[in-house]
Amino acid sequence: MLRAERVSKRYGRVLALDAVSIDVRRAECVALIGESGSGKTTLLRCFNRLVDPDDGRVLVDGVEAAELDPIALRRRIGYVPQDGGLLPHWRVRRNVELVPWLRRMQNSQEPAERALALVGLEPAIFADRWPRELSGGQRQRVAVARALAASPDVILLDEPFGALDAITRADLQIAFDGIRRELKISALLVTHDLSEAFLLADRIVVMRQGRVEQEASPTELRQDPATEYVRQLLLRARVLAA
Amino acid sequence: MNRLVGLFGSLALLAGVSIPAGAQNPPARRIVVASKPFGESYLLAEMFAQLLEARHFTVDRRLGLGATEIAFRALRTNAIDVYPEYTGTGLLAILGERPSPDPRQVFRQVAREFRERYGVRWLPPLGFQNTYAIAVRRETAQRLKLATLSDLARVSPTLSAGLTPDFIGRADGLPGLAKAYGVRFGSVRALLPAVKYQALAAREVDVIDGYSTDGFIARYDLVVLQDDQHFFPPYEAAALVGPAFQRDSPSAVSVLTELSGLLTETDMRRLNRRIEVDGIPIPRVAAAALLSLGLTRDVPLGTRPTKDASRGGVFPYLWSQRSTIMSLTLRHLLLVGVSLAGAIAVALPLGLALERGRGAAESVIRGVGVLQTLPSIALLAFMIPLLGIGVVPALVALFLYSLYPILRNTYTGVRDAAPEAVGAAWALGMTPGQVLRYVRLPLAAPVIMAGIRTAAVINVGTATLAAFIGAGGLGDPIAAGLALSDTRMILSGALPAALLALLVDAVLGASERLVTPGR
Repeated sequence: MLRAERVSKRYGRVLALDAVSIDVRRAECVALIGESGSGKTTLLRCFNRLVDPDDGRVLVDGVEAAELDPIALRRRIGYVPQDGGLLPHWRVRRNVELVPWLRRMQNSQEPAERALALVGLEPAIFADRWPRELSGGQRQRVAVARALAASPDVILLDEPFGALDAITRADLQIAFDGIRRELKISALLVTHDLSEAFLLADRIVVMRQGRVEQEASPTELRQDPATEYVRQLLLRARVLAA
Repeated sequence: MNRLVGLFGSLALLAGVSIPAGAQNPPARRIVVASKPFGESYLLAEMFAQLLEARHFTVDRRLGLGATEIAFRALRTNAIDVYPEYTGTGLLAILGERPSPDPRQVFRQVAREFRERYGVRWLPPLGFQNTYAIAVRRETAQRLKLATLSDLARVSPTLSAGLTPDFIGRADGLPGLAKAYGVRFGSVRALLPAVKYQALAAREVDVIDGYSTDGFIARYDLVVLQDDQHFFPPYEAAALVGPAFQRDSPSAVSVLTELSGLLTETDMRRLNRRIEVDGIPIPRVAAAALLSLGLTRDVPLGTRPTKDASRGGVFPYLWSQRSTIMSLTLRHLLLVGVSLAGAIAVALPLGLALERGRGAAESVIRGVGVLQTLPSIALLAFMIPLLGIGVVPALVALFLYSLYPILRNTYTGVRDAAPEAVGAAWALGMTPGQVLRYVRLPLAAPVIMAGIRTAAVINVGTATLAAFIGAGGLGDPIAAGLALSDTRMILSGALPAALLALLVDAVLGASERLVTPGR
């Protein structure tokens, strides 16, 4: 569904991505993990052309992204940023209707309400609220609903639950996982939270200084860290017993 | 966003109020009579105006123009036709020549040089001199045995002086006085004409510069020290006539010469006292003077004594002036509204454009900010050679002052508007135009409105200075009141201006809340 082939990106003297290749298959969730500055967000942003790579190829559903109109591409791909990024001057309903409206879909209200219900927010109660009238967890649910409203095949998530408290985060992770599996949506998830990656992802890509350190299923990763760096990372996150 | 547009629409509507007075086509050429901002200048200009009107000429009054610089520039460029000036001022302040003690010779010199250099004509002098009068309290004169300026020089280090800024800087002022008499004051404070007499009476200062024909000298019982070394040049008052006026209306110019030689110093002191001490309105004093000089047969309507007491409380006075205040307020609002609407029309798109091309932004905004640092009076004076005097240069100056707050707030407001919301809107497929229209502008609207509000409130205050270039508005009574030391008159401009500022602030504050998203 998503594929990067030897993608490089340089910011001034910093090589943010160094010939990175990854692959997200249909209905699969891949987590990108790594420290700040490892290049995981830059890689994520290549797929909806918020970042255009200097070198290599990015493919979305088999088509080279560089050939696609970036605006149309973004409207096809769901996106959930860390802070929700709700438009504060729009009510919940209008926020969730954003992508259907941008895509000039005939009826944007119905998919919006369906998406709200999907993330566990009763439209009758929440649709007419302002974002500031919601809790952090509810805001993030709205952000997920907004990403899902236009029924995308693929969704990008940039540390979507990082700013939430542990209990709310766990609730949302479980809810999101259920929805994704039910709707068979492909997802690329950037996170620094290893337990989140282990919970949600079918495969995990560990990044370090713009390169892929290891790519494996959660089980493989736990059993067989490819490098000392990965082993330390797992140890620190207490995914691996010392 | 729609609210924002609607608001701008109503501002533009406000700006579209018809321009009062002087817009209709005149049957004959209107003669623009002006004065500088002090009592005697107002009075002489009013006498010029009434005399011309008595001879059936149509007159526009532009009284209280900034000072010598502004009035003379306006005359040279035919923005005004005539104003009263003094030969000594012409010689020293305008020509920059050395002083000379002989009045005849000074007049001949200024008459010749003004004609050759500027095409400006001095009519034969009015008959009296008004020179600088260095004055002290009677008690000071007696205690220190002061009669002459030489006496003053002797004790000057123990005295503090309160002098007009003009006098402190001019060659025929303090620097010359120091050279001629060796005067060295213990301290020198710059005081406006309106407050220096009060400061002297209140013993804040010991010595001031006055004019020899001032009514205040009698009002405060001051002693004028004799210029025993004849330092001050002769300041003969005369009508100064601009180039176009001489060409277009020779008959009107000759009417003005009827006043030549008719006014003595005693006359002027008496007339000035009626204005400055008795508080009688200038038009009435001028009308009575022309009548007693035999130049008119009747006192024109509107200058006859009215029932309301000329002295009295502030509020009865304000009430009696209500129709004047109302029309001045409308004119003021017009100045503020039009200049603000223009500034919004320029600064808002410019701010948005700069946000797109941020490289140039800071330098452009700083450049506009430099305009803000120009003193208002200086900016107004710069306008005269380009735009003359009156409403247009005032509008341009106010427009320039309004740009910065609106530009700065538009730029930073749009730039800093909720970055995470902008990022999400972008990532979900909004076009740059949609991001601006649906996200950045609405989120920046309160900040932009705050900039407009700042500009408007500053504008209401700055517009009072427009009186100094003849644009009218609430500055008119403030300038005249300052010149005449008439607190009620000052308040009749200052109070409505302050209320207007509060009102504008409140209205725009309310619209700021109106455009605040997600209330």
